[in-house]
Amino acid sequence: MARITFIQHDGTENTVDAEPGMTVMEAAVKNSIPGIAAECGGACACATCHVYVDKAWREATGQPEQMEEDMLDFAFDIRPESRLSCQIRVTEALDGLKVRIPEKQF
Amino acid sequence: MSADVIKTDAVIIGAGPVGLFAVFELGLLDVKAHVIDILDRPGGQCAELYPEKPIYDVPAIPVVTGQELTDKLMEQIKPFGAEFHFNERVDALERIDGGFRLTTDDGTVFESKVVVIAAGGGSFTPKRPPLPGIEQYEGKSVFYSVRKMDAFKDRDVLIVGGGDSALDWTLNLQPVAKSLTLLHRRSEFRAAPASVQKMLALVESGNIAFKLGQVTELHGADGQLTGATVKAPDGTTFEQPLEVMLPFFGLTMKLGPVADWGLQLEENLIPVDTEKFETSEKGIFAIGDINTYPGKLKLILSGFHEGALMAQQVHKYVYPDKKLIFQYTTSSSNLQKKLGVK
Ligand SMILES: Cc1cc2nc3c(=O)[nH]c(=O)nc-3n(C[C@H](O)[C@H](O)[C@H](O)COP(=O)(O)OP(=O)(O)OC[C@H]3O[C@@H](n4cnc5c(N)ncnc54)[C@H](O)[C@@H]3O)c2cc1C
Ligand code: FES
Repeated sequence: MARITFIQHDGTENTVDAEPGMTVMEAAVKNSIPGIAAECGGACACATCHVYVDKAWREATGQPEQMEEDMLDFAFDIRPESRLSCQIRVTEALDGLKVRIPEKQF
Repeated sequence: MSADVIKTDAVIIGAGPVGLFAVFELGLLDVKAHVIDILDRPGGQCAELYPEKPIYDVPAIPVVTGQELTDKLMEQIKPFGAEFHFNERVDALERIDGGFRLTTDDGTVFESKVVVIAAGGGSFTPKRPPLPGIEQYEGKSVFYSVRKMDAFKDRDVLIVGGGDSALDWTLNLQPVAKSLTLLHRRSEFRAAPASVQKMLALVESGNIAFKLGQVTELHGADGQLTGATVKAPDGTTFEQPLEVMLPFFGLTMKLGPVADWGLQLEENLIPVDTEKFETSEKGIFAIGDINTYPGKLKLILSGFHEGALMAQQVHKYVYPDKKLIFQYTTSSSNLQKKLGVK
């Protein structure tokens, strides 16, 4: 089990339990976290599951692969800590992960 | 654009898997259909959102990708010669004597006896960048597609994005525009390498400018843009003068005009009965992801089933004097003739 905290643009925090193996996007959708549209259901084809990974967790979550980096072109306000949450796989090592949700996905 | 009205038995709105299979079910019952989709190709979500991903729950096909399913459906419905109208969105739907009149955003007019709404999650619509006040510029100096090149003649144009649409329009508009700047967040492009080469050659020859960054603010008045503030990758900002902006950030599904047709809606879905899949309006059917009824599942296989039942009722409207005899494609020579296998 890994605890993941989603921080909304206005600062509201929600912490949820995620099973290893699921994606961060799935953890958000399952717990009805607002701000993650995930229109394509995790196919890395919509860029509406954009999050900013907290600095302390950048290394643990890894770097986006080519397909994700390309898809990030279709999200807004991209920063170095931008990731598509459907491409971050939950592991025990991500227990405590914090991600920020952009003000708007689109 | 055509001034002539297209007359047909049925108009299918949406060329997703469910709209495509509806062609088949209607075709078996001699109902001719025209299919309209805002996308430039068939397949709906399967083609647009997950062409390469495997689907495992289409009966009798253990695994098929979104694109393969689309291709197979196109092959399966070929005998019925349905006409496709891509890159067109149905904007208006009104009842007329003996049926319906539909008008697309391109001005094409259809008159049909029945309408089958297979609009799925809604029409695929360009994403609007969440920039404050962008709405006020839309249609005048912010465009999400190019309908007439003339609108860009002798203007200072900014194109934003790094995909095929951004690159294609950079290449197409460069000869027309007064000046053209391509803005993208990084120096890699997902667009076709050949287009990227051509674009870079234009930068080399000084015909266009390429800049790295993301728009953070728009400036202008009365719908007319004069410039944009751009954040460069190093965090500094600069001002980009412009008259027209074309942002290309992909597509999103929006219910769109379906909401304006006077149909009963429940949370952006169209309630139907589960016998005929007819809406609150007689002669208008809704099948696939766009409809709702107790127990509804948004699955391709459910949409196929809905199409088969819908077609039975459509037959009654199109051929009120003919009695429909239930037949199997396996054994009916009549159906096999229609399929072109006999
Ligand atoms: C990532 C992902 C995976 C999926 N996996 C499966 C799976 O494994 N099995 C399964 O059964 N289902 C799956 N689905 C769901 C399946 O794709 C949908 O149920 C199916 O696409 C619905 O088909 P449809 O024809 O009703 O609508 P859509 O595929 O949404 O097509 C509707 C079409 O209508 C067009 N349209 C809408 N309004 C208008 C208008 N006014 N004018 C012109 N055109 C219009 C749209 O542009 C669109 O092309 C998946 C979906 C996604 C996103
Ligand atoms: S859910 Fe669509 S890209 Fe992540």
